[in-house]
Amino acid sequence: MKEFDYIEIRVPAKPQFVSVIRLTVSGLANRVGFAYDDIEDLKIAASEAVTNVVHHAYQDDEEGEIVIGCALYPNKLEMMVADYGNSFNFEEIKSKIGPYQPGETMAGLREGGLGLYLMETLMDEVMITNDGGVTVFMTKYVAREQVEENVERIPI
Amino acid sequence: MDIIVYFKEQNQQLYGFIEGEIDTFTAPKLRDELENIKFNENRDIVLDLSKVHYMDSTGLGIFVAFYKRALREAGQVKLVGLSIRLRRLFEITGLSDLMDIETDKEVEIN
Repeated sequence: MKEFDYIEIRVPAKPQFVSVIRLTVSGLANRVGFAYDDIEDLKIAASEAVTNVVHHAYQDDEEGEIVIGCALYPNKLEMMVADYGNSFNFEEIKSKIGPYQPGETMAGLREGGLGLYLMETLMDEVMITNDGGVTVFMTKYVAREQVEENVERIPI
Repeated sequence: MDIIVYFKEQNQQLYGFIEGEIDTFTAPKLRDELENIKFNENRDIVLDLSKVHYMDSTGLGIFVAFYKRALREAGQVKLVGLSIRLRRLFEITGLSDLMDIETDKEVEIN
């Protein structure tokens, strides 16, 4: 038997499909056995990755696609979000992301750039490749104490 | 999945109730609704987020923009009714130190 189950979805790179992906990922995470909070984290990370593609990968008149692949293991979920559009300069973007610092003034706060930071914070591992198109590869592990599927039933 | 925004004026305060999911699809509607709010020295703006069931960085960006405009136009803004999930999002991004945010005890229990 294969080590994992693989599910792949392709959707047009349009805002109205971000919630569809989010709900799908939520369902798959539930199958793996993630706790409520971790499922919420996965939903945000998936939305951030897909939203990035919707906004940045294709030009306005292009009909782009997003590919979302999920590998379901007994103890983790791997998620890949890929586009075939423009690649971005990861180092340049990375230098502009991150949390707000206490010393920052409200007036000077940037209004974007939190997506990648949230993905890195909410997932256990995030990798981004930038070869032709952009692929985000993220992993989240099931917290051990939450795996209770094989607990024996107590005889009544 | 959509978003509903409605307003109620009471005791020198303008309450904005936001219900639904805030993501890149629903963002334009929320942004429009907030942009229509006129700030006024005698009136505080209170945004109730107790019925926001999902939010990501798109939503954070909208509230940051709204806060910045309030600052420029001498308005007072407060976000109330945040669930623990929502509050966490403001905390890990460092925004909770910069904005006026109240967690809703009732939402916490639910």
